[in-house]
Amino acid sequence: MTQVKAPAPRFPSPFEVATPPGCEGWQDMYPYYYVFSEDRRAFEDGKLWFHDGMHHPEPLYPFDTITCESWWVGLGQYNSRVFIVPPALGIDQRVLNGYLFISANAITDPEVVGKRVDFFKRRAGYYYEHWNELYAKWEQKATETIRELQGITVPDLPEMEDEAVVTEGRGVTSAYHVIAAYDRCIENMYKMWQLHFEFLNLGYAAYLTFHGFCKQAFPDIADQTVAKMVSGVDVMLFRPDDELKRLARLALDLGVTDAFADGRTPEQVLAQLARSEPGKQWVADLDKTKDPWFYFSYGAGFYHHHRSWIDNAALPFSSLRSYILRLQRGEDIARPTAKVQAERDRIIAEYSALLKTDEDRKAFGDMLNLARTVFPFVENHNFYVEHWHHTIFWNKMREFAGLLARNGFFGDAEDMFYLHRREVYDALYDLVASWAVGTPARGPKYWPPIVAKRKAIITKLYDWQPPPALGPTPEVITEPFTIMLWGITTERVKDWLAPRGPAGESKELRGFAASPGVAEGTARVILSVDQLAMVQEGEILVCPITAPSWVPIFAKIKGAVSDIGGIMCHAAIVSREYGLPAVVGTGFATKTIKTGQRVRVDGNTGVVTILE
Amino acid sequence: MAATPPYIIWFRDLGPEARSLVGGKNLSLGEMTQAGLRVPAGFALTTRAYEHFLERAGLRRAIRASVASVDPRDPAALEHASLEVRGIIEGASLPEEVEGALRGAYAVLAAETRDPAPPVAVRSSATGEDGAEASFAGQQETYLWVRGPEALVRHTVRCWSSLYTAQAISYRARMGFALDAISMSVGIQRMVDARVAGVMFTLNPLNGDRSKTVIEASWGLGLSVVGGEVTPDEYWVDKVTLEVTKRTISPKDFQYVRDPVAGVARTAVPPHLRDVACLTDEEVIELARLGGAIEGRYGSPRDIEWAIDGRLPFPDRVLMLQSRPETVWANRRAEPLVRPRADPIEYVMDALLSRQRPGPG
Repeated sequence: MTQVKAPAPRFPSPFEVATPPGCEGWQDMYPYYYVFSEDRRAFEDGKLWFHDGMHHPEPLYPFDTITCESWWVGLGQYNSRVFIVPPALGIDQRVLNGYLFISANAITDPEVVGKRVDFFKRRAGYYYEHWNELYAKWEQKATETIRELQGITVPDLPEMEDEAVVTEGRGVTSAYHVIAAYDRCIENMYKMWQLHFEFLNLGYAAYLTFHGFCKQAFPDIADQTVAKMVSGVDVMLFRPDDELKRLARLALDLGVTDAFADGRTPEQVLAQLARSEPGKQWVADLDKTKDPWFYFSYGAGFYHHHRSWIDNAALPFSSLRSYILRLQRGEDIARPTAKVQAERDRIIAEYSALLKTDEDRKAFGDMLNLARTVFPFVENHNFYVEHWHHTIFWNKMREFAGLLARNGFFGDAEDMFYLHRREVYDALYDLVASWAVGTPARGPKYWPPIVAKRKAIITKLYDWQPPPALGPTPEVITEPFTIMLWGITTERVKDWLAPRGPAGESKELRGFAASPGVAEGTARVILSVDQLAMVQEGEILVCPITAPSWVPIFAKIKGAVSDIGGIMCHAAIVSREYGLPAVVGTGFATKTIKTGQRVRVDGNTGVVTILE
Repeated sequence: MAATPPYIIWFRDLGPEARSLVGGKNLSLGEMTQAGLRVPAGFALTTRAYEHFLERAGLRRAIRASVASVDPRDPAALEHASLEVRGIIEGASLPEEVEGALRGAYAVLAAETRDPAPPVAVRSSATGEDGAEASFAGQQETYLWVRGPEALVRHTVRCWSSLYTAQAISYRARMGFALDAISMSVGIQRMVDARVAGVMFTLNPLNGDRSKTVIEASWGLGLSVVGGEVTPDEYWVDKVTLEVTKRTISPKDFQYVRDPVAGVARTAVPPHLRDVACLTDEEVIELARLGGAIEGRYGSPRDIEWAIDGRLPFPDRVLMLQSRPETVWANRRAEPLVRPRADPIEYVMDALLSRQRPGPG
């Protein structure tokens, strides 16, 4: 650091980003370690931070930091302490104006990298070698963790303890059970996120190795084509939709399709079905199918308000109705799995044949095999963690919220999510102490004004647009996980820095070509899950990020565009499966495109054009 | 086959054994036709027809006399000899049996196309020693929009006489080829009414990537693209998935189109067509599919000329005109892209660590 070169372009410093008016005090919603601070300024100001709009596109409710705080530890530790990934430690996190910013800790000193190589080879090598066996064990651990969470009861605080406490000599009471149940739920969440990363980094590393080789051999090969070669046919994320197709067929076989008449709510459909024996039989099958296949989030599962099919069955029921109609018209609604598989094999064989040397053909085959070994985990972990587990987790939390609301802590149970999880712990302790002692708790007076203030702040933060990044730009992005998981490349960062006109002026957006095809239509900008109902037939969906459970919406739209998403994001996988043109990772689509504008989505080239 | 070689061979009947009778260009059209690719119908008038013509008209001696003593470094003498020989050839009449065969084949083409005088392209297709044939490649004569049997006969003879342009005589003399080292076949092919035409490489010519086909296209006949006179539209197609991965649409100022008087005329592209894509995605993909089929037949990348006939429905309108082997990348030695590794985890390590190195640019 002896010579000062021409100033490199940089993003705003986290210390110079203004607080939006009315959001003063937003820092109080988050733990002390989670915000940029003067005491760590020298360190924090020297790094590039980018907004993780892929997983956390919305402002963070204080409680919902549990998901990012969990992966902060989960992801990092497997690189830094478990597998000793040579060039990478963890991904650091900070919150600014309610939005999550992350920063990769790359190791660039060749000596340090060199020292880590042997550890990595041995440890990661063990996992790659025993992948299938360890993955089978993982599925078991994940399922047990979910069942454990399901088994946690959130007790009420009775006027008097049950007599059995005495006659059985239990020794502990509801006060203890409330606190213990909360602790167990939180611990369970931490555990699930540990499991989430047990395989993920290695899985992506193996996939990206194959991807990198394909790009080297066939420089213009589409990301989606590489994904197609590796993808499984039997993927859990498609299972909920497949189950709906099966249930539609069953409704036909049982002769109960009348119940699904247009305009009925799921409750009305179920009420009619309950009136006949075949109807009851169908409902029994549905109830069995729901666990786990309706634990399928409308969102990414990262926020408490990402509800699931099990909470609101409107989407699966409208999907059921359309499948029944298609079956009645004699259409084949089954996923053409044999065709997909044959096509995948053809693509693999043809690319392999186009390689120029036998050495390359062997490398291609070896890398592909490894990628295909790891891919079931990469494809399926989301269902276990973000969908199945988190649906149950958020609903367990709602039970605690209900307990606190019934005891006057909040006007509305959902208010609890404006508290951080450790503040909830305090509130619960306040409650059980007051229950034990027989005096009023402070919470009912203490929390409502705080919640009111935080509500106002969060509402305002939704209108604030976080910059894509903060801090200085490195010459090159080298940290492999930033590139793999978030699609943040040197080029992407340069693109963010490129001068552009005021929002709305740019006519063209570039992103990743996620799913082939070209579509033109009217844009519908959707910023959160609850706006989904506004989507009209034939529109182009423009959103920060999509979730696989939006599939029924995908049947309505002509194309999809997202702000954030890499080559393996949910939207990309599902769009490909359903043959919907999609461009992901455009960065600015929701800010540039307005609902009602005509847009063209080119899923072959990754370009979105505003036509009018 | 012991039988006397025929004067006429249809493209659909052309086999590799006929190379010396029809020349490389006609042979390639025959191969494409037989591969089931869409090639405008046509036939070759064989070298035997040419030689029979020379014999019958007793031209060999006269030609030799004019050419034998010419100094290849004397342009005026070359020009004089050329004019003399071409005059002799074009002044002679065709043997009845050759002219009959030619008119007969043209009548078949007329019946097939339901047009009493179908317009055809008349092209020379030289045969001979490899070097001789190659050297002749750039000088072949092509006459477009030839209609009716009389015009066909006239242009056929002009094709033959083009063996004796001043350049051709000089080249053969300097290379020491014997006068008879080269013979001439003529290809007669149904004319394409090209709405759009261009060339196609079944690999990426910039980096040798064999998974890509690149198509260059512009309005009208392919002359403007082949001659580099316009910046054509460019379409990139993934050969395996048949997806269009990139298109670059350029302003196309002029085009070569059919002209009733001159045969071909250079005209301005109408303003509403100038900046729009001249191919539909459907046409692009069909072209790439046919390109892949041609490459599959030869087992190596090809350089292909094609056209879209505006009079025909899709996909019939997508036509292959010519195919040659790609030579630039075919002759390069391919090095392995990665160091072969015994344990696949080594590839993962290499990939993780390679990101440490700043990439180019």
